[in-house]
Amino acid sequence: MAAKNRKPRLAVWKFASCDGCQLSLLDCEDELLAVAGAVDIAYFLEATRGAVRGRYDLSLVEGSVTTASDAARIQDVRARSRTLVTIGACATAGGIQALRNWADVKEYASVVYARPDYIQTLATSTAIADHVAVDFELRGCPISKRQLLEVISAMLAGRRPVTPPHSVCIECKLKGNVCVMVALGTPCLGPVTHAGCGAICPSYNRGCYGCYGPMETPNTLSLSDGLHKLGMDKRGLMQVYRTFNASAGPFREESDRHDG
Amino acid sequence: MTVKTIKVDYLARVEGEGAIKVVVRDGEVESAEFRIFEPPRFFEALLRGRAFTEAPDITARICGICPIAYQMSTVHAMENALGLAMTGPLRDLRRLLYCGEWIESHALHIYMLHAPDFLGYDGAIDMARDHGDAVRRGLALKKVGNEILSLLGGREIHPINVRIGGFYRTPRRRELEPLAERLKWAREAALETVHWVAAFDFPEVERDYEFVALRHTDEYPFNEGRIVSSRGLNITAGEYEDHFEETHVERSTALHSHLRERGAYLVGPLARYSLNFDHLSRLAQEVARDVGLGPKCSNPYRSIVVRAVEVLYACDEALRIIDGYVEPDLPAVAAEPCAGTGYAATEAPRGLLYHRYRLDADGTIVEARIVPPTSQNQASIEEDLVSFIGGSLDLPEDALRHRCEQTVRNYDPCISCSTHFLQLEIDRG
Repeated sequence: MAAKNRKPRLAVWKFASCDGCQLSLLDCEDELLAVAGAVDIAYFLEATRGAVRGRYDLSLVEGSVTTASDAARIQDVRARSRTLVTIGACATAGGIQALRNWADVKEYASVVYARPDYIQTLATSTAIADHVAVDFELRGCPISKRQLLEVISAMLAGRRPVTPPHSVCIECKLKGNVCVMVALGTPCLGPVTHAGCGAICPSYNRGCYGCYGPMETPNTLSLSDGLHKLGMDKRGLMQVYRTFNASAGPFREESDRHDG
Repeated sequence: MTVKTIKVDYLARVEGEGAIKVVVRDGEVESAEFRIFEPPRFFEALLRGRAFTEAPDITARICGICPIAYQMSTVHAMENALGLAMTGPLRDLRRLLYCGEWIESHALHIYMLHAPDFLGYDGAIDMARDHGDAVRRGLALKKVGNEILSLLGGREIHPINVRIGGFYRTPRRRELEPLAERLKWAREAALETVHWVAAFDFPEVERDYEFVALRHTDEYPFNEGRIVSSRGLNITAGEYEDHFEETHVERSTALHSHLRERGAYLVGPLARYSLNFDHLSRLAQEVARDVGLGPKCSNPYRSIVVRAVEVLYACDEALRIIDGYVEPDLPAVAAEPCAGTGYAATEAPRGLLYHRYRLDADGTIVEARIVPPTSQNQASIEEDLVSFIGGSLDLPEDALRHRCEQTVRNYDPCISCSTHFLQLEIDRG
């Protein structure tokens, strides 16, 4: 994708987030130096003060848009990026900070800050794709570093990344996990949650809490019936979908169905 | 009058986004600002109305670099509200988990973020061209920390296995054995790290900080202890807000945390080490003495050496815990909700992390208060800039800017944690 005489330029951008998804790149302890050999890390402030201005072949974008200046900045990032990939739940769905979308952000500011009038923030936390065209979205809170390496490799090779959109249930079956919902009666979002983590929570005897967001065409209605039968009340049903991917379409719609 | 303004618009190699502004008038540093423009995410507001059981998963998301610190302060504050105290293997496993985070976070800072300042590189990837063996050792050391987090927590970032009352699943002894082998290697690598960083060139400066850290009766602090200071403070976490307050300083753009009686103070490795040297393992004490550190350290540039000693201690302590581990009968004790308020402070890699929660009878969170270490160190960071930059004003512009950055990076500032920082521009021209 880059001109033949130079390595492709990689940039990593941060919006409202915890830094965890970009840290996933530094957590590739065995692969980091190989990645650095294959690409020119042109802009990655968490890792280096050397910054190359100009255009980038691949931009990885972490975080959601919560301020007017960030809404302008993402336009600039898009204009200077040949390929733009969002990494993580904040960038793909607004993150946990999107809970403000159901609240009064001025009231939120008054709870946290002594001088809320100094706070400049938007009323909403929104996904990057709400602002600019996105070439690929990598799910997860946090993303899986294995999937991150797959996305970088695929994008540099000009092919589609392999990140199956099926549910966490399939990952449990592949691991041979006993179903925590059927066997233990533990509420689990696995049936409606996008795969990618490797079914970590059920492997540790707890229910999935949906940090990878909705799978392709999830049947949330049916799952909510099942959760209700396990004793989850209306508030529980509303909140169980309203966490790290609260503003992702199917989770938002299902949580709203149990609101009020 | 000559006026010179040094600006670093995007501070690199810190977690989150911040900037520095130093104003020089007639050859003297007049003021220094360490400015945070991380957008607020309002955690304390959005926690209200959630079940107490959800809190450790939510607060982990404040920081991807130190999620265990947030989870630990959260569960201990909740358990304080419910009248629970962890004992035996569950308590030990929480210490082991924290060892993993200290190793991972400190190795990241030492090798990837801070060492390049001392050796003259933009980042660790450039540094690897000339110091490949050191960078590979740092990455391997960081990986061992992450292996503890993966095994005990389920994954490195935002672990899923921590709950109020204990864990969802506790490890079998045989699962910990391979980890012990890795930790023996890591302990050697940590020893090499201490010697490696101790040989760097350090500006010979000191400041008379008031150190604040936890102190436990017989162990180096992670999750428990009284909050003590080098000037005689000695309180429980429940008394924290009687002694510390956050105020807005007009010239600055952020909330600063102060001791009500005395002003700026310091949390983090220097404070922890200087207040708890006697509780380090024998090996950690010996190597600290070998490299000339002494039982107290007031030079913030040497914080990289103290972090290396703490990595060594964390390896030692992790090995001790694994060696004595007895599998618990149950992964958690029952945590029944009740109305009340709970307080906790634990030692995040960057320093004291205070949480307070008020709960309803059914365990719904009514109020939350979180004070991260970087917010507490903000005043000391700015005072360091004012104190230390004056002697460097003759340096070329780029070198001077670099020295300012290095002075801030001494603190390993974790700006994403800074739920309390404000963004504000005041132009009084």
